[in-house]
Amino acid sequence: MGIFASLIKKEALHIVRDRRTMLLTLLMPLALLLLFGFAISTEVNNVRVVVAADRHSGVERGVIERLRANEYFTFEGLVAPTDVEAILRGGGADAALVMVEREGAVRTQLIVDASNPVMGRSAAAYLSEVAAGAADTPLITTTLYNPQMKSSYNFVPGIMGMIFILICAIMTSVSIVSEKENGTMNLLLVSPVKPGMVIFGKLVPYFILSCAILAVMLGVAYSLLDIPFSESAIWVVALSLLYIVLSLSVGLLVSTLVDTQVSALVVSAMLFMLPVVMLSGMIFPIENMPLPLQWISGIIPARWYIAAMRKLMIQQLDPGGIWLESVILFAMTAVVLGVAIAKSGLKRS
Amino acid sequence: MSDTAINVSGVSYSYGDIKALDKVSFAVRSGELFGLIGPDGAGKSTLYRILATLAGPMDGSASILGLDVVGESRRLRSIIGYMPEKFSLYPDMSVMENLRFFASLYGSDVDECYSLIEPVFRQLARFPDRMAGALSGGMKQKLALSCALAHRPSVLLLDEPTTGVDAVSRSEFWEVLRALRDGGMTILVSTSYMDEASMCDRVAMIDNGRVLAADTPEALVACMDGSLYEARSGDMYRLLAALRSTPGVADCYTFGASIHLAVTDDFDSEAAKRHLAAAGIPDADIVPAKATIEDLFIKLTSHAGQ
Repeated sequence: MGIFASLIKKEALHIVRDRRTMLLTLLMPLALLLLFGFAISTEVNNVRVVVAADRHSGVERGVIERLRANEYFTFEGLVAPTDVEAILRGGGADAALVMVEREGAVRTQLIVDASNPVMGRSAAAYLSEVAAGAADTPLITTTLYNPQMKSSYNFVPGIMGMIFILICAIMTSVSIVSEKENGTMNLLLVSPVKPGMVIFGKLVPYFILSCAILAVMLGVAYSLLDIPFSESAIWVVALSLLYIVLSLSVGLLVSTLVDTQVSALVVSAMLFMLPVVMLSGMIFPIENMPLPLQWISGIIPARWYIAAMRKLMIQQLDPGGIWLESVILFAMTAVVLGVAIAKSGLKRS
Repeated sequence: MSDTAINVSGVSYSYGDIKALDKVSFAVRSGELFGLIGPDGAGKSTLYRILATLAGPMDGSASILGLDVVGESRRLRSIIGYMPEKFSLYPDMSVMENLRFFASLYGSDVDECYSLIEPVFRQLARFPDRMAGALSGGMKQKLALSCALAHRPSVLLLDEPTTGVDAVSRSEFWEVLRALRDGGMTILVSTSYMDEASMCDRVAMIDNGRVLAADTPEALVACMDGSLYEARSGDMYRLLAALRSTPGVADCYTFGASIHLAVTDDFDSEAAKRHLAAAGIPDADIVPAKATIEDLFIKLTSHAGQ
């Protein structure tokens, strides 16, 4: 135990002494969570709307009242139908509701500036609801799990999925490769200490660091970002720990493939950053991807982790609802860890 | 055989097409300070990697104190102390932290080994909290040696410990090695400085992955007696050119402020002077010279090249 303890202590010294990296790894998750939680959002706010009508009737008054009462819209005034195009082109409004009477009935046309498609789509959906509400037969839409469609809810699992694979994989691979570069790995291998213990002694401190990051992120998610807290939190923690182990194993695997710190960094970033952001479902829904990309996303651990986290944190499902994701993550961990240990044990020269 | 501490027999190793070691054989006696002398790229570091169990020989075998470097590597590791050519300690850890860490890997501690490392460590003990990365070149090497000694190894493998170290630190370092040898430790040390050969009990000269000769420094140099002359003149450049065509001169090369001539048996210095005078160098002076390891090395490598 003495040898193992001093291996851990040595690694802890490396982590603590590299203040900049440590600060970055602790602050980056916080900054990302707060940034996505508060500052950056895909929610549609302050959509400027003009209403155009060729004659005054009760219908358009009702619509205008609803628009005024709705915090997502800013009512920009009642205009003539012929002016609508000029206003939209001039950027005076983001959307226009045009009500024209034809053959005795009021026909409603919705024109939305979709130069920003995300905003255009949401604005169209909201507005058609508002317009429909003013009509005789209201359409009732119910949004499940996230009734206010808060984007921060969606981003918490995504950011967690990205942070762990990035931090764990990059930090472990860089720290192991730096020992190779410094030549200290040779001294460790020349000592009677078993290679497995050397590797294990490197992983444990990073596991502890990752647990600290997990605690910080969950603390922020459940308190500041108002994610509903329930007993599913236990499963959130359990699955996150599994995901951390998986990420550490990925880092170990990378360290067996490359020989310099720079290439470890590049490989980690290229292998994980882009696919995790693009293909894990963090930003773009997997269901909308072309089939080959969907297959590729299947081998990205973050995809399964993020899916499971969404179910647990936002849908508040029972652990029974995430058995598929859990099994896949477990299998991935076993395979990656097995291959990494086999490779790192063999590689001597 | 019990007298042999390190036995290397017919060891070959190559990196792809490049042969780093070509059937290298030599033996180091127990309690001997043995030098491996050769230029950079001669294969010294590869040999160290094999002896330190970091790489297996592709052909042949090597053993230390009777333990095979491949088959019994685990037992072997606790009795050797290895100091790689490149500084290989943790630069972000202090002097004491490095020493404690490497001692603990072997289940040893600093108090236990302090009497052994004291002569090396004495100067470092004045700043135990300084980061290893902030030490000077000589101090780094002393710390590395201390760490290699921290588990009281029976055999010490030092790969170019004095490279990049100032002259004073170098001679101090050799003093320490001799003291360790006197304490009964077997030391294999490599160097690319030819002048350090005389500090060793015996040396093996190695070049292009082959051992050229192995003996005591005195015996090695003695075989050059009578075949080495030194030449001087006011115009050294023309002298060197003219000497190349002088009968009886096998090889000539600048050596410090003079030119060394390796000569054949039929060389006559008076005849050579006449030859030079005829070639327009009347002031040439040719006297017998005392050979050094470097002369021998040049002789051996030029033979190997023919």
